Amino acid sequence: MSVETGRIKLPTIGAEGRHRRLRAFDMAGLVLTLATFVFAIIWAFPLYWAMVTTLKPEYEVVQPGVRLWPETFTLEAYAYVLLNTKIGLWYLNSLVTSAAVTMIVIFTAATCGYAISQLRFPGRRLLYLTIMASFMVPIQALIVTHFVLMSNFGTLNTWLGIILPQLIVPVVVIVYKQFFDSIPRDFREAAIMDGANDFQLLFKIYLPMNWGVTTALAIITFIGAWNAFLWPFLAQSSEETMNITVGVTQVHSAFGVQYARELAGAVLAGLPVALAYLIFQRRVTQAITLSAGIKG
Amino acid sequence: MLASTRRAERRSAFILIAPFLLIYLVLFIYPTLKMLELSFTNAPLIGEGDWVYFKNYVRLFGDRLFKTAVWNTGYFVVLTVVPNVAIGLLIALMVDRLKGWTQSIVLAAFFLPYILPVSVVFLMWRWILDLQFGIAQYPIELFYGERVPVFRTIPWFLPMVGLITIWWTNGFNVLLFIAGLRNISPEIYDAAAIDGANRWQLFWKITWPLIWPVTALVATIQLILQLKIFDQVYLFSIGGRSEPTMVLVQYIYREAFQRNHGGYAATIATALFVLIAALSVLQYQVLRARGAER
Repeated sequence: MSVETGRIKLPTIGAEGRHRRLRAFDMAGLVLTLATFVFAIIWAFPLYWAMVTTLKPEYEVVQPGVRLWPETFTLEAYAYVLLNTKIGLWYLNSLVTSAAVTMIVIFTAATCGYAISQLRFPGRRLLYLTIMASFMVPIQALIVTHFVLMSNFGTLNTWLGIILPQLIVPVVVIVYKQFFDSIPRDFREAAIMDGANDFQLLFKIYLPMNWGVTTALAIITFIGAWNAFLWPFLAQSSEETMNITVGVTQVHSAFGVQYARELAGAVLAGLPVALAYLIFQRRVTQAITLSAGIKG
Repeated sequence: MLASTRRAERRSAFILIAPFLLIYLVLFIYPTLKMLELSFTNAPLIGEGDWVYFKNYVRLFGDRLFKTAVWNTGYFVVLTVVPNVAIGLLIALMVDRLKGWTQSIVLAAFFLPYILPVSVVFLMWRWILDLQFGIAQYPIELFYGERVPVFRTIPWFLPMVGLITIWWTNGFNVLLFIAGLRNISPEIYDAAAIDGANRWQLFWKITWPLIWPVTALVATIQLILQLKIFDQVYLFSIGGRSEPTMVLVQYIYREAFQRNHGGYAATIATALFVLIAALSVLQYQVLRARGAER
């Protein structure tokens, strides 16, 4: 007699042994699963705690003790932040600069990645090596010269000033290059014979062939630009030109020491990226593993 | 191939790389070279300075605050890199066992902090650790005996910022580890289980050696990332004394933007650049070793 386990046929005695072990495993497995849930709840608790604080009136926020749900539910903190700070402007600044960074980075990386992968031209190898070498330069080390440059361009305190230094994302070029490398060069030659040019090939065939890669890279570039702190913090000096990530930390007088209001600002600042992640979970995962050089 | 088609290919290539190249030259190559040049001058942040040869570099070696910044940055790396990798692997192993929608939800719980801007993380944790009203002061009081103004107490500052950084960035490591775990063929586990291996043996004999390349990758990424630490350390130090907890990028910021010493700030930046470049070579070696294993 024998029992089928997967594709290997085992004699009954072995199967019984395996069966008993599996049951023992299930017990340990259950404990592990429960431990995982508890750990996940602890991990996510600070997020929950910040959220629930924003829904309490300020007097309840400072009461001693732990109240996991507001006694008095109110949206006052949000109303205050929306009406009394420049958060609308900060949102606009973040949205415009992040969208611009995303579009420019994706466009320039796709075209450059395509050229390096599919075309033969003098300096191709040098360009590729320079891009690879640029991973060695910490962008934080360039804050001084970026500031001088933006000052010379007269772009400090403008959208352009926030956008320009954030356009250096060489990893996107590398990911595109690797993506285009998977397409045989014969394909291009045949298309060229048929009278297509490289621009049609790139924008009408190669990119539409797999919008997933572009979507993934665009989402992660946008999230990165939205979350950027150091450069947007340096590049502006007035409340009107701040990005939301800078605004919510810099304008204390607008909030006083009132935590519900301050956290309401934080929740509003984090909401777009949190939603983007929850909606495009798969794509975000794909983009992160691709950029790190792991096949997901 | 015809010479004309080759010329056409070159022409399209140059048009296609032009936008990237322009941005790259103006906003990356030029600022990098300019930084090196500036590090040999005594220029203010905006304006011309005199060439002072190696004076800034000599000063760097005797600068106590620079030593503090290097020390603190190193301390922060020690506090975060290994725990962040270990916890990332642990969580990945836990999440990888789950299936379907439970997996998605649990993964989201661990990953969500990573997607948030640093300012949000800062505001959340400042509230949680608030001396008077912070919820974390209850456990601190329980175990330590009294409430602690965490971000005004120097021995607590970097460890706590490290802990928050691990909480914030761990999701990235988890994702990479899960991707790595999925690349391990389940048949190996089946075979080992049939041979009577227990959970502990399965981990140390199969998972650990096979996941090692990802571990090395995550560790080097984290190492380089944490050397460039600025945002959290700066934000939590607002309103307090920043010197004792100063890190390298923060020192660049202080010299350039608060002290108006553009030249000296560029010298510190160059030192950081050299440090990171050296470690990137190490990272490249690790990655290449990985490639060779495939």
